[in-house]
Parts: sequence; C-alpha cells; structure tokens
Amino acid sequence: MSLDPVIETGKANLEVFSQTLLEIAQKNKNVLAVTSDSRGSGKLQPFAKALPDQIVEIGIAEQNLVGVAAGLASAGKIVFAVSPGSFLTTRALEQVKNDVCYSDQPVKLIAISSGVSYGALGSTHHSLHDLAVMRAIHNCTIIVPADNFETSEAVKAAADMCHPVFIRFGKRAMPHLHNPDTSFVVGKSLLVCPGDDVAFIATGEAVIQAALAAEALEREGITARVISMHTVKPLDEDAVLKAGQECQAVITVEEHSCAGGLGEACASVLFQKGISVPFKIVGFPDEDTITGSQLEIMGYYGISPEGLTQTAKSLLK
Amino acid sequence: MINDKLIMKSIQYRIRLLEYIKKANTGHTGGSLSCVDILNVLYNRVLNVSPETFNDPGRDRYVQSKGHSVEALYVVLSDRGFFPESDLQTLCQFKSPYVGHPTRKIKGIEQNTGALGHGLAFSVGVALSGKMDRLDYRVFTLLGDGELAEGSNWESMMTASHYHLDNLTAIIDRNRLQITGCTEDVCALENLHDKFTSFGWSVRTVDGHDVTALGDVFCATPFEPGKPNMVIANTIKGKGVRFMENEAKWHHGVPNDQQYELAISELKSRLQEVGL
Repeated sequence: MSLDPVIETGKANLEVFSQTLLEIAQKNKNVLAVTSDSRGSGKLQPFAKALPDQIVEIGIAEQNLVGVAAGLASAGKIVFAVSPGSFLTTRALEQVKNDVCYSDQPVKLIAISSGVSYGALGSTHHSLHDLAVMRAIHNCTIIVPADNFETSEAVKAAADMCHPVFIRFGKRAMPHLHNPDTSFVVGKSLLVCPGDDVAFIATGEAVIQAALAAEALEREGITARVISMHTVKPLDEDAVLKAGQECQAVITVEEHSCAGGLGEACASVLFQKGISVPFKIVGFPDEDTITGSQLEIMGYYGISPEGLTQTAKSLLK
Repeated sequence: MINDKLIMKSIQYRIRLLEYIKKANTGHTGGSLSCVDILNVLYNRVLNVSPETFNDPGRDRYVQSKGHSVEALYVVLSDRGFFPESDLQTLCQFKSPYVGHPTRKIKGIEQNTGALGHGLAFSVGVALSGKMDRLDYRVFTLLGDGELAEGSNWESMMTASHYHLDNLTAIIDRNRLQITGCTEDVCALENLHDKFTSFGWSVRTVDGHDVTALGDVFCATPFEPGKPNMVIANTIKGKGVRFMENEAKWHHGVPNDQQYELAISELKSRLQEVGL
C-alpha cells in the first residue's frame, strides 16, 4: 500500500496530547495526569519531568486508576486518567460506568494506543469495542481526534468540561488535515474536503485513509465529501443527515468493530429520519483480527485508500 | 453523656430504617442493622460535616462502599438534617430520588456506589487530593467484609500505603455473613488483620456496636503517622432484632407484618431500657 508522503509530516496525536496537557498543567496546578505505568506509552515523560507533583502513578491497576481519578476529580482536581484504550474500557469498565459516568465525576478518560495501534501485539491490546461500550454508557462525551489540530483542541476543550469525557488516540504520526485557524467545536464535525458523489464519514486515524481515497476518486472524476466526525457522542446528526440527503452514497470509516461504533450511530440517524441511501460501514468484522502492523490490519479490512476507493465505486454503480 | 445519646440514637435509627424498608418492601436489612452504629458514631461524633458545610472543600468525607446498606445511611443523614425525613416515605418508589443504593442526587452523599469494590479507590483519590492541597480533612469509607473479595480493594490498599494516606480510614463491617452464607465458607478472608498489616495499613479491631469504642478509635486516627488506618469492626448482621441476628437470609429480607411488629416491639423495649 502506498501512502501519501504527507502522512509523516505531523506528530503522533499522542505526542500532541502530552504537549498540550503540559501547557495546560503549567498554568494550573490542579491539572493532573494519572497513569497506570503508562507514562511511557502515553508520551508523558516530559510532563513527569517538568511537573513531577502533577503526575500520579497508580501502577498496573486500571480499575484503581479510574476509581482514584474519580476521587481526585471529586475533590476539585482536573484529572486526565491515561491508560491503553483496551484496558481502560474493559478492565476498568465498571469504574468508568459507575465511578465516573453515573457519578458524574468530570474525569477525562484518555485511551492511548487505541484501535489496532498495537498491531502485531494482538487482540489483548486492541480496542475495537471501546466506542460501542462508551456510546452505550450515559453521560460521557466521546472524542476521537484525527490529526494534531483536533487533538490539541480536544484536550483543551476536555480540560474545561464539567462532565466526563473519553478521548481516544492512536500512536502513529498523523498528517495535518486542517488549517490552524479552523474552528473546533465539540459535537460539530469538520469538513476535510467537499464533494457530493459519495460521503466518507470517518473518525480518528481512519480519516486520513478516507481523505487519500477521496484524492484517488477525484482523479477518476468522482467527488467525495470527507467528514471528520471527531465527536462520536454526541453525534453531529445534521452533518450525517446532510451527507445522506446530498450525496449518492454514504460510507462510514472507523478503526473499530462494525458493531456499535460510528457506522451504526450514523445508520441509526439516517434510518430513523427515513433517509434511504446506499450505505456501508467500513470497520472490523466480527472475527479474530488478523496479525500485522496497524496499517496492514486496517488495509486488510478495507480501511485504506484502495479499499475505500473500491467500496465507493461499488456503491455508486 | 454523649455516649448515652448515641446508644439511644442507634436504637431509633434501627426502628426508622426498618420502617422504611417495610414501607418500600425492599432493602438490605441485615447489613443496615450491622453498620448503623458505625454511621451513628461517624456522623454524630466524628465527622466534621453538616448540611451547611457539605460543599466546603475542607469537609470530612464519608464514602459508603457497601452501598447496599443505604437505608442506614439515609436515616442518619436525614437525622443530621441533610434532607427531611419525610422524603424517605418515597424510598425506592417510582421516580423517587431515594434509590436503593447511594447516589449524589441526595445531599450528603459523596459518590454513587452499589457495585462493590469501588468506594476505597474513590476515597484514596479524595484523600490524596487532600494531601496534595495540604487540607486537613479526613476520609472515612465503609466496606462490607464480603466485599473484600473484590480485587480492586487490594489495588487501592497498595496505593493508599504507597502515598502514606494517614488521612484515610477504611472500616470493615465484619459481620461474617454475605448473601450466600459465612464469609469464611464462601471465600475465606482471614487472617484479615495480618493481610491489612502486610499491605502497609495500621490496623485496629473494635466492637462495631460499642459506640464508645468506635468513637475512640475513629478519633485516634492516624494510628501511625504516614500509614492509612484500617478499622475491623466486629459486628452482628441483623443486630438489634434477635430473630434477624446472624441469619444470612436477612441480607435483603423484608419482614412480614408480624415480624415487623415483633422487631419494632423489641427495639422499643430496648429504648425503654436505656431510658427513653
């Protein structure tokens, strides 16, 4: 699979998260990073070095991480609880549900190395379920930034939020999709490129794959709208409806199971509004994930410029 | 004198919590009766918190990890003025905010609990924040003994000792019964004293129905500077109503009319004996 050279020009969103958090925390001593032996994988060593009194190490104990984070938040701290997405949303799911969401403690749940970022480490480390479970739990905003800009804005927005928020990051360097003067609003999607033959509604690190597919389609005379649905909950229903009404086909793209994620959320909106449009959820099927690097795995399941180009063409036939 | 008042309050609390459980036709009777003396002592002698200071960052905190015994907490909080006792007429009724487990929708309650193994981690976070901010508040949390099978508790115990949280006190309602039967038959807990000690806590054991002893031990915290405090409160499940005592079936049993009259009669007789 060939990728546009621009892919390596940005930083990993995770790195931008860490930098942004450090900037916020330097201005407010109540901002804390809470980690489960995850400061390395969370790129938080500079934070720990600069602000040693504002990082709380819990050790490899994700349930405890989330419970302690809820207590810290209850006492007035602005808490970013950082742990791999897989463990944060499986091992600690009851704490996420009860201690944070149900109790409305404004913890910022930071899921690092999500999706298939861990590649060949396998399914124990993949989180392809997290959007589904988090969507089904009341009282939590879900943000999946696509690039460095969205990451920085999401982290700043999260710091100011009074209710729980879940933010999901991968760890691969990402290209820049937006101008820095773009307005980022939680719950409002961003248009990456316009078009009205087909719409890609994508989230997180899948957005660049859709953008590259749109470039390829353009060369064949097909215009593709690419929407970065950075906020999965609450969903930007207007953007979904417009895509369904204005485009001949809608394709959702996510580094997540086809069950319960962005795709089903969009399908629900369209179907319940009576909008019938050729529609395809591109994500992970209900099977053991194949072994490979993140890009190899995504490509195998069609989350690649080539795969998405083919999907678009087949829907437009 | 204060202890005489506490003894009377405990009996009154038992009468009220049975009244509300009976009216709601649901509730955790045995555990509420076993822990109500602990709550009585905390709220009437130990905790620096009131309805007026409930939002004060410097208030003492109480977190009920064994959330199923919420009826005991409700009657004590209402007695302390956090909400009108008449509110409890709606306990567990359709649309009532008085759910069968603690929620923050009720003034005086710090955290939503009910699933077991959650309160200690939350309390560790609150206590840690107090240390960071150099506030001198204390955090007390009540756990059931059966609840100790939840591994999350032991994670939190490690964190509490690692961060030297001597402003944190965990209390074990050691009534030796859980829903299935004796804790030692379900999944043996002993030797709890040695386990807690080995996790870096300073441990005291007390009669969990002796309001004087409970007050003295809570007021003696920190037991050792730099160590979190653990109080093993030996209690009797169903305490105060003879036919309910030490019977696992009263974990969430609701008395029928005859049983209710018998229970109230016994408690009222006890009230007369102690001087009311």
